[in-house]
Amino acid sequence: MLQLTDVKKSFTLPDGAELPVLDIPQWYVGAGEQVVVVGRSGCGKTTLLHVIAGISRPDSGRVRIDDWEITLFTEAESDRFRADRIGYVFQTFNLLPGFTALENVLLAMRFTGKPTDRGRARELLERVGLGHRIKHRPPMLSVGEQQRVAVARALANKPKILLADEPTANIDSGNQQQVLDLLSEACREEKVALVLVTHSPEVARQFERIDRLEEINRVVESTAKP
Amino acid sequence: MSLWKIAWRSIQQRALPSALTAFSIGLGVALVVAVLVIHSVLARSFQRGAGGYDLIIGAKGSPLQLVLNTVFYLEQQIETVPYDLYDRLDTGRHPASAGIKTVIPVCMGHAYRGVPVVATVPEMFTELTYLDEREYRFAAGRNFEYDGAFEAVAGWYAAREAGLRLGSKFSPVASGPAAEGAGHEDLPFEIVGILEPTGTPNDRALFVNMEGFFQCPAHAAGLSSLERSLQEPEKREDAPAPPEDHPEEGATHEHEDAHQHEGEDEQDHEHEADHQHEGDHDHDHDHEHHREVTAMLVVSRMDEAPGVATLLADAINKGNEAQAAKPVEVIAGLFEGIVGDVQTVLLVLAVLVVVVAGIGILVSIYNSMSDRRHEIAIMRALGARRSTVMAVILVESILLALGGGALGVLLGHGLIGVLGPTIAERTMVVVHPWEFQLVELILIPGLIVLATIVGYLPAVAAYKTDVARSLTATG
Repeated sequence: MLQLTDVKKSFTLPDGAELPVLDIPQWYVGAGEQVVVVGRSGCGKTTLLHVIAGISRPDSGRVRIDDWEITLFTEAESDRFRADRIGYVFQTFNLLPGFTALENVLLAMRFTGKPTDRGRARELLERVGLGHRIKHRPPMLSVGEQQRVAVARALANKPKILLADEPTANIDSGNQQQVLDLLSEACREEKVALVLVTHSPEVARQFERIDRLEEINRVVESTAKP
Repeated sequence: MSLWKIAWRSIQQRALPSALTAFSIGLGVALVVAVLVIHSVLARSFQRGAGGYDLIIGAKGSPLQLVLNTVFYLEQQIETVPYDLYDRLDTGRHPASAGIKTVIPVCMGHAYRGVPVVATVPEMFTELTYLDEREYRFAAGRNFEYDGAFEAVAGWYAAREAGLRLGSKFSPVASGPAAEGAGHEDLPFEIVGILEPTGTPNDRALFVNMEGFFQCPAHAAGLSSLERSLQEPEKREDAPAPPEDHPEEGATHEHEDAHQHEGEDEQDHEHEADHQHEGDHDHDHDHEHHREVTAMLVVSRMDEAPGVATLLADAINKGNEAQAAKPVEVIAGLFEGIVGDVQTVLLVLAVLVVVVAGIGILVSIYNSMSDRRHEIAIMRALGARRSTVMAVILVESILLALGGGALGVLLGHGLIGVLGPTIAERTMVVVHPWEFQLVELILIPGLIVLATIVGYLPAVAAYKTDVARSLTATG
């Protein structure tokens, strides 16, 4: 379903030097599979998700989701594909503060170019336990509630794959489990593949497949060695 | 969810700076609206003043002065023309008479409590019209009549200003340099009618029967003292009837004539009134020989021959007796030449205020770009295209401009509503706050263009936002 082949990504530092971040020869996630990618902070987990989502382009290599090789897309095609088929949950929730919970979910639908489905948006918010707070704006919600809105938003367009970037890093332990359960169950129900990156072993232990970034990313492997 | 709603939410999120930006636009637009409306109303009012007649015939000199004096009662007409000229034009004994449908004589130079007094004939309100062929109507009473030598009609505001009602009596006082302060308490005119408001300068004038006016001692007030001193001996030499032609201390022969004949010789007055000048009465003929009028309002036979007004004006202007001015042309020239320039300057200043306020939109949005970049990056991560986020910024700019514009239109018309009574009181021009001008509609595309221009820079910044960097910078 998701396949990365010879993906390389590096950043140019202010002094002109190249900083390699990703070098992934092969990596695969099956349809509906739930994978947690573990790695220490700054090892390229977020960059990996950005490359999969088409937010960043790899310097070389191929990223394939189902039958689409997204690395061949134009930027506009990549944007549309992301809107249609990829859900994204951020570490800091990244809800738009001026919009209500319902509008944040509807906003994700807006960019697909299809009519927004208000019923589905309500249904998703009810599923994450926020049916009574759909008209509340993010500042009026707790951090746990905000992340649940973010999960609902990520599922709005019935994506093929959901990318979660440290989704529990900024919430208290009580809410952590709730969010993880929600992500896992929702992805299972919606038959959505889940790629969750975290630095937390506690979070990682809750998933059957745990991939260590240093095992799939040669850069991490090489920098990790003395 | 439309782009408008996304942009509106962004505005709501930054409510205070957005409101201040829109308010600054509103102030500029209010100025533009006020200038446009007041100019339009003034222009229309100027044109209204000259309605109902094609030409003004008066003494040789400045056509502008003749028009300002006759139409707006603004200037003091120094020179006069002989009544005989009016008589010849009216009775077909002048070569130009063929082109005349109606000629109305007017005598000015008097006032009552600061309100100009115009001596004329009843046809002023029966033969002439105003403002697109509207007929004069009376709010109270009736028109004055020929046989009521001391009857008068008041304009709507004139009656209020001078405190006159139906039945009120008043004595005009000669104004101007020639006959300062000369009053006629012994010859009071009686108000028999009050005109409905017309929106013309006639609203602020009193109209008296010319017959009664000629019986007042200072009817020749328009003449300069030098001219009168030169004319008086001449009159004495020419005068065949001594009792009527012995002026005393500024009082002319008509004054004495009035005293002598008031209530006694009504038949003579009727003859005068009916313009019976066939030489049956030497007394009347001599009487009229010395009469003078300030101007004549001429309705030409333009409906029969369109160019007749010009031919008529040329015929009068070629002679030495008088000049003929086309009030519409003179007023248009005045308005465009002077008032028009002032309006242009005001309009340019007001538009500059709007442009400066528009730059305020640019500054406001651009300054908030550091905050917005994160929101833009979120939208982009959700699948928004670059062009979409660019459009959101432009729409926000347009919403601010249009919101400010709507506020400005309300403020502008509110300003007119507040200033309206003062304008009406001082200029007799009634400006209604809800008087919208079609030209105001230009504001809508104008503001959209302005907002698009000033919104372009921040929109491009939004377009160029690096999503990954903006997400990780705050994420």
